[in-house]
Amino acid sequence: MMRLKLAIARALRVLTRRVGRRGGTTLPGRVLLRLDPRTIAVLGKRLERGSVVVSATNGKTTTSAMLAAVLERGGAEVVNNRAGSNMNWGVATALLDAGDAPGQIGLFEVDEAWLAPVARDLDPSLVLLSNLFRDQLDRYGELELLADRWAELVAERDGRSTFVLNADDPLVADLGRDRRRVVYFGVEDRSHSLESLEHASDSKRCRNCGHEYLYDAVYLGHLGRYRCPNCGRERPQPQVAADKVTLRGMSGSDVRITTPAGAIELSLPLPGLYNVYNALAATAAALELGASPAQVREALGEFAAAFGRVERLRVNGREVAILLVKNPAGANEVLRTLTLEDGALDLWIALNDGIADGRDISWIWDADFEVLAGRARHITCSGTRAEEMALRLKYAGVDGEIAVERDLARSLDSAVAGGNGAPLYALPTYTALLELRDLLADRGVARRWSD
Amino acid sequence: MATLRVCSLYPDLMNIYADRGNIAVLRARCEWRGLGFEHLASGLGEPLDPEAADFFYMGGGQDRDQVAVAEDMVETKREALHAAQDRDAVILAVCGGYQLLGSSYQLGDLALPGVGLVDLRTVREPGPRLIGNCAISSDLGSGPRIIAGFENHGGRTYLGEGEPPLGRVLNGFGNNGRDGFEGVHRGNTIGTYLHGPLLPKNIWLADRLIELALGIELEPLADDSLEEAAHMSARRAAGV
Repeated sequence: MMRLKLAIARALRVLTRRVGRRGGTTLPGRVLLRLDPRTIAVLGKRLERGSVVVSATNGKTTTSAMLAAVLERGGAEVVNNRAGSNMNWGVATALLDAGDAPGQIGLFEVDEAWLAPVARDLDPSLVLLSNLFRDQLDRYGELELLADRWAELVAERDGRSTFVLNADDPLVADLGRDRRRVVYFGVEDRSHSLESLEHASDSKRCRNCGHEYLYDAVYLGHLGRYRCPNCGRERPQPQVAADKVTLRGMSGSDVRITTPAGAIELSLPLPGLYNVYNALAATAAALELGASPAQVREALGEFAAAFGRVERLRVNGREVAILLVKNPAGANEVLRTLTLEDGALDLWIALNDGIADGRDISWIWDADFEVLAGRARHITCSGTRAEEMALRLKYAGVDGEIAVERDLARSLDSAVAGGNGAPLYALPTYTALLELRDLLADRGVARRWSD
Repeated sequence: MATLRVCSLYPDLMNIYADRGNIAVLRARCEWRGLGFEHLASGLGEPLDPEAADFFYMGGGQDRDQVAVAEDMVETKREALHAAQDRDAVILAVCGGYQLLGSSYQLGDLALPGVGLVDLRTVREPGPRLIGNCAISSDLGSGPRIIAGFENHGGRTYLGEGEPPLGRVLNGFGNNGRDGFEGVHRGNTIGTYLHGPLLPKNIWLADRLIELALGIELEPLADDSLEEAAHMSARRAAGV
């Protein structure tokens, strides 16, 4: 029976991809799950080397791509959902694509809300959890509830999975307490500490007793060195740690990572501390899966950006760098990294309110667009809620010229044309990124997203 | 020149939906007119001086934080809030804050106490959270206007007999998804489920609340075209 269902789904896959555009990464999996809800469990068993799942609010696509690059450098056959299709149907489609060749390992990024059901089906040998930030409250509900659901899953899988966890995120680190197989990663370079918690910080209170945490260092959002002065819970000591980090603006970072297998001097071609965290997470997981430090250094040293995550393209002769923004913590990191660049910035910000973006655009008032004040030359606002994005910038004190054009193609063209030789930084929300990708693919500037 | 003194209640706990957007707008609208602006805060265990501010603001929070806030508010701020209400200070409570204005809030097995500034009760009923863009028609003494925003609440709020709502639902759920009412509006005390950055989406409301808080009439600003466009964008999202 399963063979017939697979044949139907495969035929659909051929059809949707021939038609082109999106859908090829989701529709076959959706149909397959409809035909048989056990699809992921059944197909997952065909993976000879088992599977790994990666989840986080921010960075799961990049972290998964980094981990895949390291494993592939070691000769592994990696099955993954590369296009960021990270609900259960995306995983099902990837498993369908994989077939039953021997020696494969599954590596799946999974949406935070889908983590528990997908992990139950896949029975992964390793679960990598990086961070939980305020994101799409209309879809996920409160952060603490999401953390509770993760905690249930971790308790259930204790002894069956190794957990690779971010020591610097109290919501995530807490999941590993009293668990059998846990590897922690974290940042140990205090020169990157912010002066205080960012406005949008969550999880300021101890998961155990509710008292407010004290932070010695804050690196990003609520990530840092924390302890509870009431019950004594504190950040666990990371086994895989970035103890020397030099940020080189948009061009990348130099990072020394200490690990039980020795130190790794990494030259990372992706910018910002958030990508240092992604690299740390991928390193910790890769070493746990048997990769060597040299493999990590080489694969991450020449890592190319994942879909829309600091991707660089040329549009009408001008360099355009695409940086996905989707929630306050992620947007703050992107903005902070941009302000490391010299000179006045040209930006194109596309704010959509599709279901995959979160229908609620309140989050733009939590993100610190104030850092652009005095730093922007020209900003074009686009997307379904373009006017409200522009208003946010006005009240953030951004003094550059602000243009509003809801249509993506028209706004991009005028933003590109208004250039002064410097790159244009394109900051789309998720569905705006998909539209942008289609638009650029139609023009032959970028590859189709399912390629 | 007059100074608008705004006091945020529990700003570190009740800020889940970017409530600071409201404060940012109040500040800018005052400063651009040459009015003074002061921002104060009162948190857990801290007393509240009803004379120290003309505008008290409270946003939404996660369930766990809301429990702590409900108890503290009854204990340390109830009398001050009643005194502020009696002297016609503006009290704007949004989302989670709104639920605590009434007599009680039933959260699972817990009955949270309210400060009793208005006559309403909030309960949890079976059924999904009420989530989506929402638009209401409201009159704050300057004629009927539209308020557009986003609501996301599990609790259902019922107003007491004769207690005036903030407005009539044009599109969305409102207080409970049944009776067509949204929010509450008694004197200068306003509660609403249209959460987070409500004032950026409705600049007319920001200006009106400044007028009510200071007892003055404001001159329009020279260029509010972007503000008006943002308001229309929020209305379009809410289908109105």
